[in-house]
Amino acid sequence: TCQHVSSLDLKNLCFVHLSRFLLFFSLQTFEKLLIANRGEIACRVIKTCKKMGIKTVAIHSDVDANAVHVKMADEAVCVGPAPTSKSYLNMDAIMEVIKKTRAQAVHPGYGFLSENKEFARRLASEGVTFIGPDTHAIQAMGDKIESKLLAKNAKVNTIPGFDGVVKDADEAVRIAREIGYPVMIKASAGGGGKGMRIAWDDEETREGFRFSSQEAASSFGDDRLLIEKFIDNPRHIEIQVLADKHGNALWLNERECSIQRRNQKVVEEAPSTFLDPETRRAMGEQAVALAKAVKYSSAGTVEFLVDSSKNFYFLEMNTRLQVEHPVTECITGLDLVQEMIRVAKGYPLRHKQADIPINGWAVECRVYAEDPYKSFGLPSIGKLSQYQEPLHVPSVRVDSGIQQGSDISIYYDPMISKLITYGSNRAEALKRMEEALDNYVIRGVAHNISLLREVIIHPRFVQGDISTKFLPEVYPDGFKGHKLTDLERRELLATAASLYVAEQLRSQRFLGTPRIPIAKSKQSSWELSVRLGDGIYPVAVSKDGSSFSVEVDGMKLNVTSEWNLASPLLSVTIDGTQRTIQRLSRNASGDTSIQFLGTVYKLQILTKVAAELSKYMPEKAAEDTSSILRSPMPGAVVAVSVKPGDMVSEGQEICVIEAMKMQNSMIAAKTGKVSYLGSLKTICNLSNRIEFKKEKRRILCCSP
Amino acid sequence: SRKKNKRIYFDEYDMFVEHRCSDFGMDSSKNKYPGDSVVTGRGRINGRLAYVFSQDFTVFGGSLSGAHAQKICKVMDQAAMVGAPVIGLNDSGGARIQEGVESLAGYADIFLDTSYLFITGPDVVKSVTNEDVTQEQLGGAKTHTSVSGVAHRAFENDIDALLNLREFFNYLPLSNRDPAPVRECHDPSDRLVPELDMLVPIESTKAYDMLDIIHSIADEREFFEIMPSYARNIVVGFARMNGRTVGIVGNQPKVASGCLDINSSVKGARFVRFCDAFNIPLITFVDVPGFLPGTAQEYGGIIRHGAKLLFAFAEATVPKITIITRKAYGGAYDVMSSKHLRGDANYAWPTAEVAVMGAKGAVQIIFRGKEADAEAEYVDKFANPFPAAMRGFVDDIIQPSTTRVRICHDLDVLASKTQSSPWKKHANIPL
Repeated sequence: TCQHVSSLDLKNLCFVHLSRFLLFFSLQTFEKLLIANRGEIACRVIKTCKKMGIKTVAIHSDVDANAVHVKMADEAVCVGPAPTSKSYLNMDAIMEVIKKTRAQAVHPGYGFLSENKEFARRLASEGVTFIGPDTHAIQAMGDKIESKLLAKNAKVNTIPGFDGVVKDADEAVRIAREIGYPVMIKASAGGGGKGMRIAWDDEETREGFRFSSQEAASSFGDDRLLIEKFIDNPRHIEIQVLADKHGNALWLNERECSIQRRNQKVVEEAPSTFLDPETRRAMGEQAVALAKAVKYSSAGTVEFLVDSSKNFYFLEMNTRLQVEHPVTECITGLDLVQEMIRVAKGYPLRHKQADIPINGWAVECRVYAEDPYKSFGLPSIGKLSQYQEPLHVPSVRVDSGIQQGSDISIYYDPMISKLITYGSNRAEALKRMEEALDNYVIRGVAHNISLLREVIIHPRFVQGDISTKFLPEVYPDGFKGHKLTDLERRELLATAASLYVAEQLRSQRFLGTPRIPIAKSKQSSWELSVRLGDGIYPVAVSKDGSSFSVEVDGMKLNVTSEWNLASPLLSVTIDGTQRTIQRLSRNASGDTSIQFLGTVYKLQILTKVAAELSKYMPEKAAEDTSSILRSPMPGAVVAVSVKPGDMVSEGQEICVIEAMKMQNSMIAAKTGKVSYLGSLKTICNLSNRIEFKKEKRRILCCSP
Repeated sequence: SRKKNKRIYFDEYDMFVEHRCSDFGMDSSKNKYPGDSVVTGRGRINGRLAYVFSQDFTVFGGSLSGAHAQKICKVMDQAAMVGAPVIGLNDSGGARIQEGVESLAGYADIFLDTSYLFITGPDVVKSVTNEDVTQEQLGGAKTHTSVSGVAHRAFENDIDALLNLREFFNYLPLSNRDPAPVRECHDPSDRLVPELDMLVPIESTKAYDMLDIIHSIADEREFFEIMPSYARNIVVGFARMNGRTVGIVGNQPKVASGCLDINSSVKGARFVRFCDAFNIPLITFVDVPGFLPGTAQEYGGIIRHGAKLLFAFAEATVPKITIITRKAYGGAYDVMSSKHLRGDANYAWPTAEVAVMGAKGAVQIIFRGKEADAEAEYVDKFANPFPAAMRGFVDDIIQPSTTRVRICHDLDVLASKTQSSPWKKHANIPL
């Protein structure tokens, strides 16, 4: 397999003892491996397989036929239609593919069948290697109740709570009262924040019970729930473990995953600013003890909640590769997928605990196709009309499974990519992240770059003062985008005005010699009026050689750029400060939107004359949106709670929309009577809305 | 609006002209306005010459008097003489205005909510046909841009319309004596468009948005669409390729499967004629399942109207580049700037199907439903671009991502194209 090992890998492995290094070269693993997953993680696994000289088989649903992972793999087979239950979770079809392609091993990635003991069992019975722990460990750790008991026995710190399955809502309330509010209701088979609700009183417990069991049923096919004490304001820190089939286990340091929204991680880093070496070792040793207790092999993650006094409690163990594994790879130099494959083949670990370093700092941002202005992120769908990863920024790793032209559909997780930056220290990694986010081009779908960028520059985050409540605490009224300082606003206005003038100048440049000569404009200064938000700002631009001198609010700024009007990224220097901006759109009416410091600003630029004449134009009456409740995202209507003629009061649930496996209750904004209910099709999209008309006292549910 | 601003290069004509009417009290001195109810003159838009007239509603409701008409005719004559366009801003109570005026080659703008255009107003309609209708319903912006096809675009207000007009003006040559203009371009002509390789869905019945293709291929994703709300099953408009203005025609699979019907044929034909008249090269994207069948279309004269589009493409002598993205079935294939209509460069994407009709329909007709396997055979034989390529009906089968490069190269070569038609007094388009 020598020829498949690139020089880069040699560098990564340089700390490995020479004899073991040579041994590695002589080791064979598998000839062909099937990846039972899609998207970025499938691509990630294929990359390691390629360097190990393993042939790969991708599976895909019919809508994914053109997906990147399908193109990257040596073979690809369709396993069914778009819904995951019929494709990526379709065990029969996948087993069939394994037989047909003679794959010797299966890497399940994360999600889907990665923690499905039945799948692992079926593979074992066919003599196919599952790249992951054995069935026993999956079962033990996959069940939150059993895992807690095991952890207790292995002397791992655990959270007080009910150690059994909750039968119904009444029992849930009784148990919740016993433990004391707040409590956490979660799916016994769950993970990734799905089927998880926090309740502060009896009513919320009942509601949480209902939602969690529905979500658990649809996500995991298992609606069993459990309840435990909810630790307020904790950090979420997890330990990566790696174990072999010979009783050896290592801890590969921690990952700080406290920045979350709706219990899903958004920003992760390794190491954590919060842990001292003693706590790190204590957590690592408990994690290894647990792994050994279940005879764990492969890579796994032991999640802990850590309170402000550095007390840590076992949360759960994920018996799979985690989404955020790249940050661990960055600081330890290990390729976790490669280690998983080796261990699965039966080789002992190549490293000792003392070999595991913390080299530098790594930060990961999960870039999602979602609108961060709605509950920190509601899924958005569409086609990536333009897409360019910031790979020209140094020390950037992007794990993605999409490309320009890909569709983000309602069927799968809306993650676009994982953006990882690395530096010799945290400040350097964060600085690079800022640059990488500014240089990331994503068009066609809403994305959360603005939120990510705000988080990583927020003083609290920079100081390391974070908890799982970070987002709601920092943005109690919801995320509203970057708040411009006076200087930043001037910079934005100056840049926008300069772009406008550059565009005007370009529109006078025709090639060739026309029959009627073009009158060369001698204009060298422009008086503009720029609308930004609620403000209208007079801006004066004068051309000064190749740069523009712009006067805003009585302040002069010098703006220089190459003014390439076709490039999605524009590097602008404003009074010596370099900024990478993106002009997302412009039209003849003067409207333009510019991504500046991560946030998209809408501006309207008119000449002073046009702006003055605008006041003579008839005003358009704005649409009254206060009585309209729009579906916040595309999804499937799973339940309608009202019928025509019903009286509904403010705050009452009208229907439930499911998107990306999340159930969202649609609430009446005002009190009124339902007089008409349109036929609700299973899929509704953004153009549909649920109308709630106060004046006519009716609720209207529209569908295509 | 008549005040001369030193920064704005507008030379006004006939400021001293007054109306000559003396009946009904019009002769009194207080009813004389210098310049009468229209402003005329010439100026520059981005340095390029244009004549303009603007009816002034503040003077006798902008109504058309003899002096008023004379002023307009004067700028028109001069514009025709030098070969420069006339822009007309119509705001007049008099309905006879249409008779004498062609504004910017017939491209009329209407403002949303405040503008109405009709032969007879709602009161006359009510008295003659007893039909109740509002001004907005009868001749508002929405009616004329989406139902009647009389207006080509609607805008928010006067300023918005003028700003968009300036943008549109930059796409056009000054007259039919000039070639299509070439503006400085920052978008590389050899830019590959990888997303096109997977844009056309695998299922041939699934829709996609033709505008996605147009935006991704055009310079800087800019496309000035004409009649965006009317007959939406065909998309027409202007874009630039490596700086040069082109006219783009595309079937829109997203609307009515992109079929050709009466309205879309007429919309397309009008646009093709415009481009040919003004030396603007035509780029046609084909994904057409055929002509819309049924009595409504046949009684409405689809044959006659479809022939307009066929005639327009056949007679056009500007460079014609055609890309078949998917379906090119039957007569509709021929109509859409095919090789048979003197197409200069006709390409097919690998997803193209050039056939008489879809496999399912064809097999039903040939075998009367008795031959189940025949459909697959038909698909194998015809649902691909090879039969057409082997006969030379398409010049090449191209990787979709290279489409922009191919078009830019072809346009460079075809810039010197000359082609003539046999002499005739005028062509006999099937009106």
